[in-house]
Parts: sequence; structure tokens; C-alpha cells
Amino acid sequence: MGLFEKLKSLLFGKGDVSEGTQDEKPVASKQEKLVSAKHEAPVTKAKPADMMVEQKPIIQKPKEEKPVADKITVGHVHMSGCTGCLVSLADNYEGLLTILDKYADLVYCLTLADVRHIPEMDVALVEGSVCLNDECSMEEILETREKAKIVVALGGCACYGNTTRFCRGGQQNQPQHEAFLPIGDLIKVDVYIPSCAPTPQQIRNVCLMAYLLLKGTEEQKALAAAYLTPLMRLAGGGADTCGCSHTCACGCDLMTEIINQGLCCGCGSCAAACSVRAITMQYGKPQIERDLCIKCGGCSAQCPRSFFSFDVCGQYESITHLIGEVMKP
Amino acid sequence: MEFLGKYKAVYKAKAGCEDILSKAQDGGIVTAMFAYALEAGIIDGAIVAGPGKEPYKPEPMIATTVEELFAARGTKYSISPNMSLIKEATRSYGLDKVGIVGTPCQIQAVRKAQLYPIGLRDVPDKIALVLGIFCMENFPYQGLYQMVEDHCATKIDNVTKMDIGKGKFSVYTERGINAQIPLKVTHKYEQPGCHVCLDYVANLADVSTGSVGTPDGWSTVFVRSATGEATFNKAVEAGWIVAESMDGVKPGLELVTKLATEKITKNQKYLEHRKHAEHAALKPLRNPYI
Repeated sequence: MGLFEKLKSLLFGKGDVSEGTQDEKPVASKQEKLVSAKHEAPVTKAKPADMMVEQKPIIQKPKEEKPVADKITVGHVHMSGCTGCLVSLADNYEGLLTILDKYADLVYCLTLADVRHIPEMDVALVEGSVCLNDECSMEEILETREKAKIVVALGGCACYGNTTRFCRGGQQNQPQHEAFLPIGDLIKVDVYIPSCAPTPQQIRNVCLMAYLLLKGTEEQKALAAAYLTPLMRLAGGGADTCGCSHTCACGCDLMTEIINQGLCCGCGSCAAACSVRAITMQYGKPQIERDLCIKCGGCSAQCPRSFFSFDVCGQYESITHLIGEVMKP
Repeated sequence: MEFLGKYKAVYKAKAGCEDILSKAQDGGIVTAMFAYALEAGIIDGAIVAGPGKEPYKPEPMIATTVEELFAARGTKYSISPNMSLIKEATRSYGLDKVGIVGTPCQIQAVRKAQLYPIGLRDVPDKIALVLGIFCMENFPYQGLYQMVEDHCATKIDNVTKMDIGKGKFSVYTERGINAQIPLKVTHKYEQPGCHVCLDYVANLADVSTGSVGTPDGWSTVFVRSATGEATFNKAVEAGWIVAESMDGVKPGLELVTKLATEKITKNQKYLEHRKHAEHAALKPLRNPYI
């Protein structure tokens, strides 16, 4: 480690790797890495070949303030949903392994972790809506809020009710279950990941940003906060972006929040995002087949005129690069 | 310069091939870039504004051959929702490397889709080349139809080219310029969503291009990202594009900057106005920008 630190302070003027071990991969602060990676990387490459294994973390992530010593804890809480959101998380394939290896411990998940009761955790990914007629669900959603620092509504059902909005009971073997609410109608929710199913990449991005927000350097925290802000606003935090309820979504939002507000630019993102093909573009504007809409909120959230951050999207190149780097196995 | 976004280089350029230029709007840069990228395997296909069922009504299409690209040459002054095909391109078309061309707002949608792929599973890493076009405003088809048929008294079926330049909207038929109207007349037919747009030269594209700033037959080209730089330079090397320095070109970047500043400051004012701060009795309208 002595050599390690020396080399690092020589190269970058900082030697803050002492707490980490070499096999733990540090996360780079985005701007620093990009600025410095270009200039500094070739210098380290010139070292002897037998040093390469040790140096690797430095080459990839120069100037890290903190190696990934402590992971965040993440849990998946299953309310009334179809498990599609969890499948989507798993569909990150080897990316999921990377996340679990380096950034997050899965401390609760009915299907993937052998834990019976909801433990304390940093991030709770809640899938599904809450059935009012099921006492156990009511207890669990309350417990989730109490035990998790950040509650993420994962997918259409948790955010907006989605298909469970159409429930009216009478289904075997629990015909008495008829009232389902998006979790935001019962507890305070911090972050929304809309759409049915939410995409593996969106879930991955939120997990990584939550990690940076909780464990990163000041700079990383700022980036993560900027990235998560729109998703927090969807959940009702911060400034209200629209006048309607935060727990209602529908294809109609494209009309009421976008076209009616004079904001539609006719790009077609909504039509591409719709998972049930309820939206077609007619004469440059979305035409919504409302009977097909399952109320997942994907279309309006994908719309560049529902929210758009120049700060975040302007850095698309470096953020994409950062995600690519940290997701390397 | 902030209104022109970040860029690595700016050129005066045109396609190197006569076939492209013969029906291109100006320098044929978009067609040439995509044609080169297709040939070189940088993209498997590109989402472009193809010919629709009605004359001058663009329909987004996925071009997987140079011939298909050629069918989409030339500017259509109406809305082509190219983003609507972004998922489909990676599904039924099975493309792994997608090219897409769009107006600045559509390019913003592309970048938002890459960072926030809320409903676009497996799409972000398949976007390989993003070309942006300069855009002052766009017209819904019915508005364009009204401009051509009513104001220009020209049957839209007979139109061979439309063009906006030097403050005028011009309609060409086989006999040349058939009618010209001042742009002022066209303003009321603009898409309302254009009035909150804060981007003129597609600041977030890999490469953005447009006629403003360079002489007829040429295009102004901003090379912005690493991907854009690599692809553009290779396309020039391969002869698909002829690029020259912007130094001394008239009207040059001065005009581009002027128009960008005009558009963006006007729209910033409009966004400010939408807050309705001056009327306590009016509620504010929604602002999409965070």
C-alpha cells in the first residue's frame, strides 16, 4: 500500500486510498475522472508490466476520494405486482452481479434473498401497489417506510397503480381483495421509476446514482442528486411540476400535461416508450388509444417536455462513459 | 458562443457524391454521413424522415440500405416523429447500432432516452450515431399545407422543393421558384411546442448540420462528440464528405450565432412569460426544464 499511495500522490496529488483494499473497485468522480483520465492514464501505462494488476484501479479511476469499501444496502419489497419489475432488475444479467459485487448488498428480496422480515436498509425498491384489504400489506408498506432511508416506487403499479387500478375484486382465491393503492397514497415516496415494466437500464442507473448519493464524494453526490431530482419530483418531492396528483398516470397526461400546455414537440418518444402500443403518432402528435392504456406513466415520463435537465443531459457523454466504466465486472 | 453548444470543430462541408447532392437540401451531409456509416458498419440502419403518403408529409422510416437513405433526401418542413421508431428499430428490425437524425428537440429526446430509458428497454447502448439539424421552428402538416396551398397558391402535389432562407419561405415547382412569402406570415402556423425550445443547432448531437452560415450548396457542420468526430473524419477520409475550414466563410458563424441568440432569447422570454408573474390572477404554465 505504501507504493500504491506514493504513486497515487505523485500522479494526482492525493493519497486517499489507504482504507481500501486493492480488489475493491473505486468509483470515479465523473468530472475528475474524465478530465484527468485522458492526461494521466498514459503515464501509468508506462510502468512495468508486473505492476499492471495493482495499478488497474488507479488507471481506470484516477483521483478517487474513496474506494468502494462499504456498499449500500438494497431491498426489494414485493407488494401487489407481477414480479415483472424484479425480473427487469435481474435482466441486467452480469450487470446485476457487478452491482451486487461492488455497490449494493441485496438484504431483502422474497425470491433472491433468504430473509423473512424487512430489515433496515438504505434503499427499498418497492414493486406493486398496496391492497387495503390485506392487513399484512399495510403493515409491510409502513415497515418499509420506517426501515428504509430511500423508498423507490419501482414500476407502474407502485408509482401509479398501473393495471391494479382496474381491479374490482372477485378474483380467486382472495375475492375480497378489491382496493389497491399506489404506495405514494399511503407513504411518502422518494423516487419514482415509472413504466411497465421499468427497464433494466433505468433500474441500474437509479441503483448506481443512489450509491453515489449515499457513498460518493461531494462531486458524485451533486451529480447523483441532479440525476435523481426529476425522478424525485415525479414522486412529489421538491417543486411541483404539474397540478395533478402524483399517484395518477395515464396516456391522457400527454394531452393534459404536454399538448394542452403547449409543450409537445412531436418527437415520438411517448409512442416508442408505450409498452402496450397504445400510442401512435398522427400528424406529428400522439394519438392515444385510451382503452389500451394501462396507466403505467411511461409515456409522459419519457417525454422530453415532461422534464428535461440541461445539466444532466448535457453531460450525456461523460455520464454514459461513467456508467460503462463502473459496470465493468 | 454558449448558444452554439460545445463542439470540437466546425466546417463548411458538402457530400462528395453528386447522387446525394442532386436532391439534397443543401450539402447533403446527413445522407452522406449515414451512407458512409452504413457502408462502414458504424450503423446497421438509420431512422430518417422518409416520404409519407401525402406530398411533403414526412413519415419516419428505418433505412437499412443506401438506396433507402436516398429516398429520404431533402428537408421536409413538417414534423417527423423519428423517436417513435427508436425502440422498433432495435426490435423488429433487429438493429444493434442505430443512427438517428432529428431536430434539436428530438436530439434532446435521444439523450434523455439514453440517460433515463424509462420505457426504452435495451435501447440506450444501441444508439450509435446521432445527427442533428439546425431548426428555428417546425410546422404541423396542416399548417404547412395551408402555407403552400393558401398563402402561396400552389398545389402541394406540384411542389418540387421548399426552402426557408433569407427571411422567406419559398416554394419551387418544375418551373423554378413559384411563390415566396415572408417568414412573418408563417409564424402563426408554427408548432406551439417550438416556442419553448432552447436549442437552435442541436447542441447534444454527435454532429449537427444546417444550411445557415455557408454558401448555397454547402452546409455548416458542428462536430461535437468523440463518436461524431471519429465518424465525420473517417467519412471525409473516405471521400463521402468534402470538408473545408469555416475561416473566412461568409456569412459564417456570425450568422449562426445571431440566429441562435435570436431564437433562444426569444424563447427564454416566452418561458418567463409563461410563469404569468405579471398577472397575479393567472396561474403559471408548466415549465419542462429542471
